[in-house]
Amino acid sequence: MDEQAPMTMAVDRQDNLLIVRPEGDIDLASSPGLRAQLRELIASASGRIVVDLEGVPYMDSSGVATLVELLQSCRRDQLELVLCRLSERVLSVFQIARLDGVFTISESLESATDTNT
Amino acid sequence: MATPEITPEPPADLNVAFYSRPIYLSAIRHMLDAFCERMGMDPNQSARVCLAVDEAICNVIRHGYGGDPNGRIELAISRLEENGPTLQIDILDRAACVDLDTIRSRDLEEVRPGGLGVHIIQEIMTEVEYSHREGGGMRLRMRHPLATDKSEGSSKPNG
Repeated sequence: MDEQAPMTMAVDRQDNLLIVRPEGDIDLASSPGLRAQLRELIASASGRIVVDLEGVPYMDSSGVATLVELLQSCRRDQLELVLCRLSERVLSVFQIARLDGVFTISESLESATDTNT
Repeated sequence: MATPEITPEPPADLNVAFYSRPIYLSAIRHMLDAFCERMGMDPNQSARVCLAVDEAICNVIRHGYGGDPNGRIELAISRLEENGPTLQIDILDRAACVDLDTIRSRDLEEVRPGGLGVHIIQEIMTEVEYSHREGGGMRLRMRHPLATDKSEGSSKPNG
């Protein structure tokens, strides 16, 4: 039996901007797939990466760990990382882990993708 | 000398046994969420309890069974009436016994992936107790009041 759940993710590449939109719960079953996809995507990215979480109704600490890894990779490669459109439920996981101040979190996709900010 | 009489615990209201596979986490969360709703828990609190249970099961899968998908996990859920309506959740396994003194939250000032599960469980649940099971394995017993407190998102103060 396959122990992992596939993670669907839409990708939108623009000049110096990469928008990724994962769809579905991010938990221990799906986070390994998300991590693999993100690693591949940021290898060729430049400028800003926006992770739009509107399509993610649930995230556990394995999802948070995946995004912490992404943040560390972005810092190392001098990329900007912005998370946006987190539901109250997903935001609360970052708050409990006291990581809401570590990430740049935006309420809207417009402000997350505005590279003048 | 007479052996002290041990009163057996009553059976749980709901028991679910499953293999140590991440693919089952979603089903467990949905079942628990529905149970909490039926018991009258506020949806925000129920979501937090589901997160705590998810984290506890993940810890058993990853650390207890070391990723072996053939370990058994049992989830036992009960409604108690001691000191007001309370949800009691036991997570039982037959994995290796862990030194109880080593189960603790890590320093959150250090920003790194992983190691957040124990902190999340302790932050959400009002009572958290790990113990060794007779015959091997671990039991995690967690409790949370069923009464709604809509004044804040957390049942416990931060800190």
